[in-house]
Amino acid sequence: MLLALVLIPILAALAILGGAKPRQAALAAALVNAALGVAAALQPKAGFWNFSLNVLEKPEITLSLGLLDGMSVVMLLLSVIVTLAAILSGKAPEGREKLYYSSSLLISAGAIGAFVATDLFFFYAFHELALIPTFLMIGMLGRGTDRRATAWKITIYLGFGSLVLLAGLVWLASATGSYSIPEMIENAKASPIDPAAQKSIAAFLIVGFGILVSLFPFHSWAAPAYASAPAPTAMLHAGVLKKFGLYGLLRLALPIVPDGMQAWLTPLCVLLLGNILWVGLVTIWQKRLDTLLGNSSVMHMGYIFLAIAALAASPSNSLAQPAAVLLMFAHGISIAMAFGLADRIERSTGTLDLDQLGGLAKAAPKLAFLFGLVTMASIGLPGLANFAGEVMVFISSFAPGSYDAAKGLGPVQITCILAIWGVVISAVYGLRAFRKIFQGPSNARTEAVADLTLCDRAPAILLAIILLAVGIFPKLLLSLL
Amino acid sequence: MPAYYLEALTVALGILLLMLEAFGPAHDKRLVGFTAAFGLAIIFIFNFFAVGPDQAAEGKAWATWPLWDFYQFDATARFYKGFALLCTALVVLMSLDYRSILAKYTDHPGTESATGEYYALPVFACAGMMWMASATDLLGAFVALELVTITFYVLVAFLRRNLGSLEAGVKYLILGALSTGFLVYGIAWIYGATGTMNLAGIGEKAATMGDTTYLLFGTALILVAMAFKIGAVPMQVWIPDVYQGAPTPTTAFLSVGSKAAGFVLLLRFLDPLLQDASPVREQVLMMLGLIAAATLLVGNLAAVGQTNFKRLLAYSSIAHAGFLVLAIAAWAPASSTDPGSIATVGFYLATYLVMTLAAFFILAQVRIQSESEEIDAFNGLGKRSPLLALALTVLMAAMAGVPLTAGFIGKFFVFSLAVHAGLWWGVGIAFIGAAAGFYYYFKLIRAMWWMDSAANARPVNLPTITRAAVATLVLLTLVLGIYPKPILWMLS
Repeated sequence: MLLALVLIPILAALAILGGAKPRQAALAAALVNAALGVAAALQPKAGFWNFSLNVLEKPEITLSLGLLDGMSVVMLLLSVIVTLAAILSGKAPEGREKLYYSSSLLISAGAIGAFVATDLFFFYAFHELALIPTFLMIGMLGRGTDRRATAWKITIYLGFGSLVLLAGLVWLASATGSYSIPEMIENAKASPIDPAAQKSIAAFLIVGFGILVSLFPFHSWAAPAYASAPAPTAMLHAGVLKKFGLYGLLRLALPIVPDGMQAWLTPLCVLLLGNILWVGLVTIWQKRLDTLLGNSSVMHMGYIFLAIAALAASPSNSLAQPAAVLLMFAHGISIAMAFGLADRIERSTGTLDLDQLGGLAKAAPKLAFLFGLVTMASIGLPGLANFAGEVMVFISSFAPGSYDAAKGLGPVQITCILAIWGVVISAVYGLRAFRKIFQGPSNARTEAVADLTLCDRAPAILLAIILLAVGIFPKLLLSLL
Repeated sequence: MPAYYLEALTVALGILLLMLEAFGPAHDKRLVGFTAAFGLAIIFIFNFFAVGPDQAAEGKAWATWPLWDFYQFDATARFYKGFALLCTALVVLMSLDYRSILAKYTDHPGTESATGEYYALPVFACAGMMWMASATDLLGAFVALELVTITFYVLVAFLRRNLGSLEAGVKYLILGALSTGFLVYGIAWIYGATGTMNLAGIGEKAATMGDTTYLLFGTALILVAMAFKIGAVPMQVWIPDVYQGAPTPTTAFLSVGSKAAGFVLLLRFLDPLLQDASPVREQVLMMLGLIAAATLLVGNLAAVGQTNFKRLLAYSSIAHAGFLVLAIAAWAPASSTDPGSIATVGFYLATYLVMTLAAFFILAQVRIQSESEEIDAFNGLGKRSPLLALALTVLMAAMAGVPLTAGFIGKFFVFSLAVHAGLWWGVGIAFIGAAAGFYYYFKLIRAMWWMDSAANARPVNLPTITRAAVATLVLLTLVLGIYPKPILWMLS
């Protein structure tokens, strides 16, 4: 059945290219997929989800899809939910509907495939499948004058990152003697890889995945790309596809090359502080909402890397992995919602320049409410999902096994203490953006704006409900893990 | 059916085509082309039923002929014969849609008279390529190779009234003659050193040889000569100019058929010398490693700056040759976990055929309809002809080695061979090459989707044959990228 989840968007994309009504077909595919995804989350163990087809005997490579553990389930849920929201909230430029919706569906198919693939080869391949329509969308339908340069930059940057990653993955497979991910993990447990090789493999994986997740200092592609991307592309990439790198580190790097990851612990901590503090400060200075959201998304990756660092420091840390997955989910939902609403603001006012906006709350109170909610979520207000994730990440850094009071603070603990200041930074830029857009005197652009209709609100409300539900009952997700 | 019937039938087909050209309709040569394609397709089917002496029925006289000292038939031979036939048939089909250019630049502009040979000559070249796949003897291999090369001298310069084509013809002739000199000289040295021209015999002699200097010198000369056929350093200089000047179907044929024939001969020649017992194994592998590294660097880095699509494909052809030589330099026999170098080269070439021929099919039509081969001519193709642009996007992604396309799996095999052989510098250089490839192939994708069309640009309409061929080949690129087993079955 997981094959259906991958195939439905691809087939729908083909149907759209072949002449089916773009929006309706895309919506139908996204709805069916959302239903299937929720069903998979309710019954993840049932065998009928799995799929396996041997495509190559030497070396043995199998197109195998399955839900390895709760992390795959959560990522699958995130993918189908964000896809639905992205399709619902996007508005294609006149005459380009085919391309707009079919590319969005292909990105979604690739992301879903990557999260449910249990074979290294297809894990990698599906992600690439999603990247190419991302590049095309930014270059063709993107916003702004320098979208082509931006799209070319992200193409080359992420293409290079993928190659570095591929080198690491092939090395990983040849060191463990298998391409099947569960088998690789078992083999590595039974006979650990030589520590020197582990260190080199881990370096490739950290850099390769790091480029894809915009780990500092490989993050410079992200903000301009999101600023130029059409709304559904930004939602799908920032919300879902970018999590592929984190998922890969959690799924492959930490269990298979734990010593290698540990060897890079201190550099990793420094880099993630770069994400949280440096990029955080950069975010404060942004003058446009789209680059602000793009930078904030880069910044929040730092918290998830903190959980990864905690796991690298002590693999027995039982809190860090759920924390990372919860925060990945929360961030994916909230950033998708933020990009979706930013697109609404731009469509109704014609600008995302913070200085030209103001007082929008008078004309569009519902938009203001929803945007306020997502701002609070990304700052980490209790009761919303991001808070649960961030708090768990911070606690996990001091979890037993990771922190020993007798020995004093280790690199992870010091990083955590510094990283908590990121919350203040988020509050500064989040509240400032909200004030500049929605409060103060309204101007010519913002006076006569029509508020969101029910139809417009639907995707944002869907995402808001999920943020609230997971924020109040994090167990909803944690029970899956 | 005895295997050598295949070559005989192919030559007979070529002669039949010449008759048709002479006595058939004077101004419409489609009949010649279609007969060629149809005949090649029939021989392609026969190829599956051909047998060598070891599978012959009891008491067949032909199975004991001395012919089998010069000629062999195994899975590799069957694969490369099929490869040559398929490639030639596709090239002939491409030529059929290229008729207007052929008519324009030959002796009687505007009519097709005197263009019939253009369909017959590839068939003779095909016979040579098929023989190269079966060669067991350097002398036989040399004759087969010359049959191919001499045919190409004519094909490259076929547009007699086009300066570019003539220039390409001269360049190809001079460098081709030079490489033939290297080849004959090398064969002489090897014969002098070992006293035999039989490939297996050379391997046996080498194993017991005291001083291997003469053998190595001869081998080096032959490698240089083969570098000309496969388009590798140090004999790669002719490629960009000849590819650019030659008629597009000939370029496609050179880039796929001729290269593959060169590779099968190279494999046949090197196999005995690369066995574990061979005393020259290390030195030959080192030579191959140097060729691979230099070819990868030259092909990929020179391609980065190209603005002409045909020239870009020429450099890409050098780059692919680099990957293929790397697979041989990381020599490994087939094992339970690994397909081995010979199968990897075969697989890579098969995917290369599918991608490259499809790209040339499209290029030929873009050349005819927009009078330009520059990458700029593809600007805005995504808006003008979305399906064609989509097909070309898949092909370029496949050539760059994006996963889920056929091109990825070939590169993947090469990389894993190099990793297993511990050729770390080779992996590093191939990595740089792949990264550069990503850049220059995506330049075309960028042009098609992101750039605006020139004001007078029209949609590109593919004629029926080209459309069917491109659709099939693009589909194959995707299917083989997900399910590559069929080619591997054919190889074993």
